[in-house]
Amino acid sequence: MYAFEYQKPKSLADAAARAANEDAKILAGGMTLIPTLKQRLARPSELIDLGGIAELKGIRKEGNDVVIGAMTRHADVAASDLVRSTIPALADLAGMIGDPAVRHRGTIGGSIANADPAADYPAAVVGLGATVITNQRQIPGDDFFTGLFETALEPGEIITAVRFPPAQKAAYMKFRNPASRYAIVGVFVAQTAGGVRVAVTGAGPSVFRQKEMEAALSKSFSPDVIKDVKQSPDGLNSDIHASAEYRAHLVGVMARRAVEKCG
Amino acid sequence: MPTVSMTVNGKKVSGTVEPRTLLVQFLRETLGLTGTHVGCDTSQCGACVVDIDGDSVKSCTILAVQCEGANVTTIEGLANGSELHPMQEAFREHHGLQCGFCTPGMIMSAVDLVKKNPNPTEQEIRHWLEGNLCRCTGYHNIVKAIEAGAKAMGARK
Amino acid sequence: MSETGIGARVTRKEDFRFVTGRGTYTDDINRPNQLWMWLLRSPHAHARLKKIDTTAAAKMPGVHAIFTHDDLARDNVGGLPCGWLIHSKDGSPMVEPPHPVLAAGVVRHVGDPIAAVIAETRAQAREAAEAIEVDYEVLPAVVDTREAIKDGAPQIWPEAKNNTCFDWHLGDKDAVDKAFAKAAHVTKLDLVNNRLVPNAMEPRAAIGEYDVATGEHTLWTTSQNPHVIRLLMGAFVLHIPEHKLRVVAPDVGGGFGSKIYHYAEEALVTWAAAKVKRPVKWTADRSESFMSDAQGRDHHTHAELALDKDGKFLGLRVSTLANLGAYLSTFSTSIPTYLYGTLLAGTYTTPAIYVETRAVFTNTVPVDAYRGAGRPEASYLLERIVDLAADELGIDPAELRRRNFIPKDAYPYQTPVALQYDSGDYFTTLDMALKAADYANFEARRKEAASRGKYRGIGMATYIEACGIAPSAVAGALGARAGLYEMAEVRVHPTGSVTLFTGCHSHGQGHETTFAQLVADRLGIPIDQVEVVHGDTGKIPFGMGTYGSRSLPVGGSAIVKALDKVVAKGKKIAAHLLEAAEADIEFKDGKFQVAGTDRAKTFGEIALTAYVPHKYPIEELEPGLDETAFYDPKNFTYPAGAHVVEVEIDPDTGVVELKGVWAADDFGRIINPMIVEGQVHGGLAQGIGQALLEHCVYDDSGQLLTGSFNDYAMPRADDLPSFHLGTNATLCTHNPLGVKGCGEAGAIGSPGAVMNAIVDALSPLGVKHIDMPASPRRIWETIQAHRPRMAAE
Repeated sequence: MYAFEYQKPKSLADAAARAANEDAKILAGGMTLIPTLKQRLARPSELIDLGGIAELKGIRKEGNDVVIGAMTRHADVAASDLVRSTIPALADLAGMIGDPAVRHRGTIGGSIANADPAADYPAAVVGLGATVITNQRQIPGDDFFTGLFETALEPGEIITAVRFPPAQKAAYMKFRNPASRYAIVGVFVAQTAGGVRVAVTGAGPSVFRQKEMEAALSKSFSPDVIKDVKQSPDGLNSDIHASAEYRAHLVGVMARRAVEKCG
Repeated sequence: MPTVSMTVNGKKVSGTVEPRTLLVQFLRETLGLTGTHVGCDTSQCGACVVDIDGDSVKSCTILAVQCEGANVTTIEGLANGSELHPMQEAFREHHGLQCGFCTPGMIMSAVDLVKKNPNPTEQEIRHWLEGNLCRCTGYHNIVKAIEAGAKAMGARK
Repeated sequence: MSETGIGARVTRKEDFRFVTGRGTYTDDINRPNQLWMWLLRSPHAHARLKKIDTTAAAKMPGVHAIFTHDDLARDNVGGLPCGWLIHSKDGSPMVEPPHPVLAAGVVRHVGDPIAAVIAETRAQAREAAEAIEVDYEVLPAVVDTREAIKDGAPQIWPEAKNNTCFDWHLGDKDAVDKAFAKAAHVTKLDLVNNRLVPNAMEPRAAIGEYDVATGEHTLWTTSQNPHVIRLLMGAFVLHIPEHKLRVVAPDVGGGFGSKIYHYAEEALVTWAAAKVKRPVKWTADRSESFMSDAQGRDHHTHAELALDKDGKFLGLRVSTLANLGAYLSTFSTSIPTYLYGTLLAGTYTTPAIYVETRAVFTNTVPVDAYRGAGRPEASYLLERIVDLAADELGIDPAELRRRNFIPKDAYPYQTPVALQYDSGDYFTTLDMALKAADYANFEARRKEAASRGKYRGIGMATYIEACGIAPSAVAGALGARAGLYEMAEVRVHPTGSVTLFTGCHSHGQGHETTFAQLVADRLGIPIDQVEVVHGDTGKIPFGMGTYGSRSLPVGGSAIVKALDKVVAKGKKIAAHLLEAAEADIEFKDGKFQVAGTDRAKTFGEIALTAYVPHKYPIEELEPGLDETAFYDPKNFTYPAGAHVVEVEIDPDTGVVELKGVWAADDFGRIINPMIVEGQVHGGLAQGIGQALLEHCVYDDSGQLLTGSFNDYAMPRADDLPSFHLGTNATLCTHNPLGVKGCGEAGAIGSPGAVMNAIVDALSPLGVKHIDMPASPRRIWETIQAHRPRMAAE
């Protein structure tokens, strides 16, 4: 790691003011940032640890929605009675992220702000039509992820929470990379008030919605109706573990299994 | 340089560290607690797992300064003098270790598992160990040791 | 059997320190006033170093010195030696290019060290290394042996035409040609043995220290064989006489072969410590391990098996391209030759075998022994081609194997590839494994799986290995530049407790327990009265270390020899004390007794007498009870066995699920079954890892694509099932314990069994062969490639 200054602000306003500095980086759970620093792939002048801001933690119900504070850990989402009873698929997904030690530190805010193409949470944010709440505004999940490791966040903008509307049915299926255990393909399927959503992570540079599958499932919510929907490999990721064609195929398989899992 | 204070294995400790100091460096280099190991630089292997405020955490992926005020338990803090913790005893009894390098992280992970799931199945144990690599044992005897350790921890309560 | 004697499941003496975090690994050691070393490593696979400018780096905070090849050359520091000379078919010696400690003008693989920075802290050393300016002229690189041997391929060494180090062969080519001429059937197979990264969980580390007052150098290092390092580094690299060089390998966190070799970092910290007059420490990051630890396997092989109409093997013809990487690692050249070609008879009576191995330089990390070392490559090849032959001939693969096994009464059995097997019974272990796996009823399980849309398969592999390396004279005749005996010193203390000094090194094998069991058993003393010391050239006499499953067959035999000497001397002392003839003294259960009487002296009384020789035959006998023995084996040992694996494949994803893994092994006599089982478990995991997960991949430019655990798939707990083990012993006939060794067996037999099971599962699709690793992607792609044919049929 290169040397940096460390700050642990007590308030969101203080954190935001510091985060306006372009050379500063926000530290949430650190599960991606710290390995990145260790590999000397980033050289921030300052780390702003959000761990001291109480208002960013916790899970609460607002109306029918589940609102998860940005600094809430994956393990807490996975174990939350509120999440388990309202959107069990979301708790399942949180329990599939990384390994137990990672789930004990990693946070939802950190995960989605990082926008790793193989991360799990983006599939839930888009798949459930969630809203990302920041210190400045509310961003619809569909508009949040803008590309490879890119989001709609502006400099100094800090995620404070994510609001998840409940779904009638939802499930997440993930095909793990045999080495890293990140998603080679993860598909989140949900029947929501706004229609069926199929969100795919791992396969492309950023999470995306599989609209053809959504259309087919809107007519009849069963695995069979998407059997013949072909995901195009164009633009999908390709690496030693999975070609674009294999990923495209797995999108179909994971989507069908997710629909099956919805019951 | 900032000063950091925390409780490690029941003792209050503090030290002056660079902000970039990882908890594992603080434990090994400042406190001389070399039981916590470093087996990789990508947060995969789990040789460095310690308990922080009741949860297993990779001490190579957290800064020492983030642990201000925390309660940390390392492998050195498990045994009561020469009396081993039941999970340590189970690893010894069931040959759950060979070279011993991954062992501290394995045991710390296992203890956390059993705290959260007192009667884990073989599959639950194997799944829980997703973040702990061992190259010697093929995990076979680690799983057996954790099954036995879980029983022993239950009996101790 | 006593509770701690031979055959007892004694829990390990070493475990208390390991489970409490009180082991002492090299990185746990810090010397007063120590500095740190960081190495600037090449980012290119092949480049000329036009200029190295350390000016700015040298001014960085904390920096004490920056060394490059020129500094080493001024001190006449030598290159890293290769320990085994191979001759080509035409009698010419192998091409043996230099292996400089720091790159001399050219870098030849990603990670090749260029400069060593010595600084106050590790971070400062690393930061300064990044500030070194190197002007690289990037050269074309080649990583694949099939490309490297072509005319016009990038040349890694001018002296190695077509990048060939040697073109070796073994066996009777004419006899093989004749066998093929009369064959009723010939099975042909091309296969790849995938390149692996050993990845012991403890990264390598080294600390050098120099005592200005005495001129003594000390090196702490993560080594499987400290004496070998002392010999190689002292004699060939740094020119330090052995009496001024101490090498300590403390607790070592796994080796699997990768910590046998003498590495540049060991020489650098030792040399640099003397230059800067302060201890110098280096610890590898895992990322460095991936580009600096010797890697394993990497063969491309074409094989042909000739059979008669009844399925008897008539001849085997094998041609292998073996990747050596960019430099010759310490024992690299022996692996694809004498540890590979000599094993190609396997468990079979194949009368004529011919193997040729062309060893090739590439712009990759050096390749050397990795668990099994040559023998897994031989076993995998044989067991795949036997299965393919069985498939082609329509013979049950178990039946085809039985038809060709060496008969139980044929020992000693001389193979056509140099080895003479002393004992074995391949029928029983195969039957045991098949029975345990319920092979007879497998087809019902295949059918049931098919009804769920899954492909289920069962596969078997038998293996034999040559362990307990080796008779020194044989190894020497074959090109080894070292002896391969082992030593033991049994130091009996005046009150009868024992310290055992062994030249073997434990890095997970449990020697402190197994060897103590041997001592306790022979001397009839409690096991807690025995302490085993290893790993420090300052304490132990010259020993060769641990690799090739040799510790018990060779090191254990040395212990027995030394114990025999202790007992023999004890008898003399007892005879004197008991006023009896020496011939009448029996030693049993810790007592020296006059045969047929109740007159006896305990072991402790004899020990005390040896050191307090008041009533002692001082004219004939020296005081003391401290005996050393060196044991040089008469032959290799030949552990063997059978593995059976059952898999189920999900055609939608390509995922292979292991439904069962059964191993039945013959390790000869077993001292501690618990430890032996552990060795097999670990070997199985590594073999299964090779078959399903692990693959070290470089891109065409020589960049390592699998440079961390994020890309190199290590077996995890949820990738593996629990294993089912059994043993059947035929004793080794030529060592005093009858032991054969067990450290590598699991890794040798399992890849073939897994891959045979996978091919069997996919056989309904017409699949005949799949290369390792059988990753989900590869399985899925194989299924896709075979599906159109199914549709057309």
